[in-house]
Amino acid sequence: MTLTIDTQNLATEAAVAAPEGTLFRFATAGSVDDGKSTLVGRLLHDSKAILADQLEAVTRTSTERGFGGESGGIDFALLTDGLRAEREQGITIDVAYRYFATPARSFILADCPGHVQYTRNMVTGATTADAVIMLIDARKGVLEQTRRHLSVVALLRVPHVIVAVNKIDLLDYSEAAYREVEASVRLVTAELGIAEVLVIPVSALVGDNVVDRSERTPWYAGPSLLELLETLTVIDDLDERGQATEAFRLPVQLVLRPQGAVVVAPELADSYRDYRAYAGQVASGSIKVGDTVSVEPGGGTSTVTGIDFAGVSLDEAFAPQSIALRLADDLDIARGAVIAARGTLPPVTRTLEADLFWLDPRPLAPGARILVKFGTTVVQALVSDVTGRLDLTTLGVEPATNLAVNDIGQASIRLSRDLPVERYVQNRRSGAFLVIHPQDGATLAAGIVTAPGEPTRAGDGSGAGSEVSP
Amino acid sequence: MRAPPVTTTPAIAHRLSELDVLESEAIHIIREVVAEFERPVLMFSGGKDSVVVLHLAAKAFWPGKIPFSLLHVDTGHNFPEVLEFRDKTVAAHGVRLTVAKVEDYIIDGRLAERADGTRNPLQTLPLLDAIAAGRHDAVFGGARRDEDKARAKERILSLRDEFGQWDPRNQRPELWNLYNGRHTVGQHVRAFPISNWTELNVWRYIERENIELPPLYYAHEREVYRRDDMWRAVSPVSPARADETIELRTVRYRTVGDMSCTGAVDSAAVSVSDVVREVGVSTITERGATRADDRISEAAMEDRKKEGYF
Repeated sequence: MTLTIDTQNLATEAAVAAPEGTLFRFATAGSVDDGKSTLVGRLLHDSKAILADQLEAVTRTSTERGFGGESGGIDFALLTDGLRAEREQGITIDVAYRYFATPARSFILADCPGHVQYTRNMVTGATTADAVIMLIDARKGVLEQTRRHLSVVALLRVPHVIVAVNKIDLLDYSEAAYREVEASVRLVTAELGIAEVLVIPVSALVGDNVVDRSERTPWYAGPSLLELLETLTVIDDLDERGQATEAFRLPVQLVLRPQGAVVVAPELADSYRDYRAYAGQVASGSIKVGDTVSVEPGGGTSTVTGIDFAGVSLDEAFAPQSIALRLADDLDIARGAVIAARGTLPPVTRTLEADLFWLDPRPLAPGARILVKFGTTVVQALVSDVTGRLDLTTLGVEPATNLAVNDIGQASIRLSRDLPVERYVQNRRSGAFLVIHPQDGATLAAGIVTAPGEPTRAGDGSGAGSEVSP
Repeated sequence: MRAPPVTTTPAIAHRLSELDVLESEAIHIIREVVAEFERPVLMFSGGKDSVVVLHLAAKAFWPGKIPFSLLHVDTGHNFPEVLEFRDKTVAAHGVRLTVAKVEDYIIDGRLAERADGTRNPLQTLPLLDAIAAGRHDAVFGGARRDEDKARAKERILSLRDEFGQWDPRNQRPELWNLYNGRHTVGQHVRAFPISNWTELNVWRYIERENIELPPLYYAHEREVYRRDDMWRAVSPVSPARADETIELRTVRYRTVGDMSCTGAVDSAAVSVSDVVREVGVSTITERGATRADDRISEAAMEDRKKEGYF
C-alpha cells in the first residue's frame, strides 16, 4: 500500500483545534489486504491528524525498508501497527486506537485486525463502536471474512454500518463494477438483517470519497466517508422527540456511604453523616428526581430523592453519565443490583438462550461451568447445551455440539441465581454479558441474550421488557 | 473544497459533550476497579495526567474520601518544584503517599546507573517491589493511548504477571464497558482510566475544572541548552557539556518526568487557555517533543512495558 503524500499538507491551523463537540467512536473491519491501514492513513492524513514527528518516523522506517522505491512512498500501516511483531510480519494483530478531530466532532478510531485468528479483537473494537466501516476490495467482492465481520456487526447491532468499496481506481472508476459489488453487499446485509447499510465507492490510495467527494465517480451522489462520520448519530442518542430510546437502567457499582469521613466543608459535615447513595454509570435511558424505580434483586421500589455528580445535584441524568443516586427508602442494595425505571424490568429467570462469540482457543462443550458478568453482577452458570453455529457460507445456523475459537454459536445457559435477563435487541447494555473462565479468569466469550427463559417470579409490573411505550 | 453537507441521518444534538463522556467513562473505570479489587493504588508523579486521574477519583467517591493510596517512583532526578507540588496535592486530598526511590537501589547496588545517565528505565524494579510490598492487586496509571503506538494497543484493564510483564499478543478482549479484572495470585492489573483522552482533552479538562498543576507546565524563564533537538534544563543531574551553549529562554514543559531525559519547548503560554490554544495547533506529539528515552528505537515503549513499565 504505497501512498504518496504531500508533506506540505501537514497539520497547521486546521489541526485539532476544533471546539469541544461530540465524541464519535468507529471501528474499521474487513479482510486482510482490503486496504484498511491505507484507508486509516488516508483519513488521518487528509483530516490533518498526523503530526510532523509521527510522519517523519513513518517516512524514515518506510525508506529504511525500501517501501515505495524511488518515489519515497509511505507505508501508512506503520502508523497504527504499534507492536514490534506487527511491523515485522506486516499484519495487524490487535486493535489500535487512534484519535483525531475535525471542526465537526472528535473521533476515536479502533483499527481492527483482518486476519481470521484475530477476529476476537475485531469483536472488541465493534462492541463500543457507533459505526463500523467495512472495507471490501472492489476486485474481490464479498469474501468469507467479510461475511464473518458483517455477521458480528449485525448480531452486535452496531448502530451504523458503512461499507467502503475500496480500490475503485483499479477498476477505472467503473460504475458497473461498483454496482455489482454493491448489489452483493446488499444481498448479504439483507440476509443478515442489517436494516441500513451505507455503501461508498472509495480509493484509499488516491483519496477518492474519503475526505473529499471525488470527481472521478460522478455516478455516485452520496457523501464522502468523513462527511458521513461527521453526521451520523451517536450511540445512546435520543430519538426524534428528544426522548431516550431505552428504559432507565443503573447497574450499581458500589454504595457510597462515607459515615462521616467526608471531604465537604466542616460546617456541612453533619448533614452528610447519613449520606447513602448508589454509584454507577447509567447504562440506558434517563432518570429524574421524583421518579419511581424498581430494584433487582429483591423487587423493591422507591423514589429518587437526589442525583449527585461529585457535589453537584442534578435534576435529571442519562446514559452514559456516572452518577450517584439517592433513594427515599432504605432498601438492601449492594454492588450487582440494578436500579430501573419502575415497570420496565423483565421477570427474573434462571435460564437463557444466547449467541456467543467464542474468543478463547479452548473450545466450549456442553456441561462447561462458567461465570457470566452482566453489568456489575457476576454469577456462576452452566452451559446446558450448544445448539448451533453460524455457517458463514450460507449465513444459516448449522447444528453443532461445541464451539471453537472465532465461532459464532448458540447456547443454552443455566444461572445459579435469579437475574432480570433481557434481550439484547431490547437493551444493548443489559442484554450483553461476558463469559469468564471460573479458574483462570480469562474472558472466553462475548454473549448476547436472544431469549430469557421461564420466569421464576413475576416482573415488577409490566414485565414487558425495556421498550418504552410511545 | 469540501462539498456542502448532505442530508443523511440528521445529527441530533447530544446532551453530553466530549469531555463529559470521557469524564463519566473514567469515573466508571475507577469505581469498577475499587469495587472489584482489594488493594488498588494510584501511580502519582505530580504530572498532569496523574493529577487529572486523582481529580477524577475525588469526584468518583464524593462526598467520601479517595479510598486508596498513592505511589510515586522517584528517580532522584525529578524537578524540585514538581515534588513540592506532589506533596502539597497529596496533603490537600488527605491521602497517603508511598515513595519508592531509585536512588536507594543505586546506593545499595540493586540497580546500576546507566551509561547515558537516564533513570527512566530503572523505575521498573522499584515499582514492582513497591507493588509487591503494598500487596497491590490493581495499579492506576494516567497513561493515554494517544501518547505512543504501543500504548495505543493496551487495554484499559491490562493484566500483568508476577514480573509485571505485559503480553501484547495475548490480551484479554475488552467488550462493551464490561471490565474483567479476574486474576490469579501474583498477577495484578494496571488500570488506565484516561486511556481514551488526548493531550488536548486533558488540557481542556484542566481548564474546565480549574485544576492546579506544577508551575513548569506554563511558560517561564529557564537556563537551557540544546540537545537532541530539544531544550534541556541546566541542573546538577543534567549539566551542559562543554560544547553546548547555555541560554536563558522562555520555555514550558509538555510532559514532566525525569530531568535527565525530559525536554522543554519554546512557549509563551502562561495560562491554561494559552496552553489549550498551543496544544490545539501543535504539529508535534508531546512525547516526540519532549522525551529522549522514546527516541531510542521504534519499540522503546513496548520493550519497557513488556518488562513491567507502566
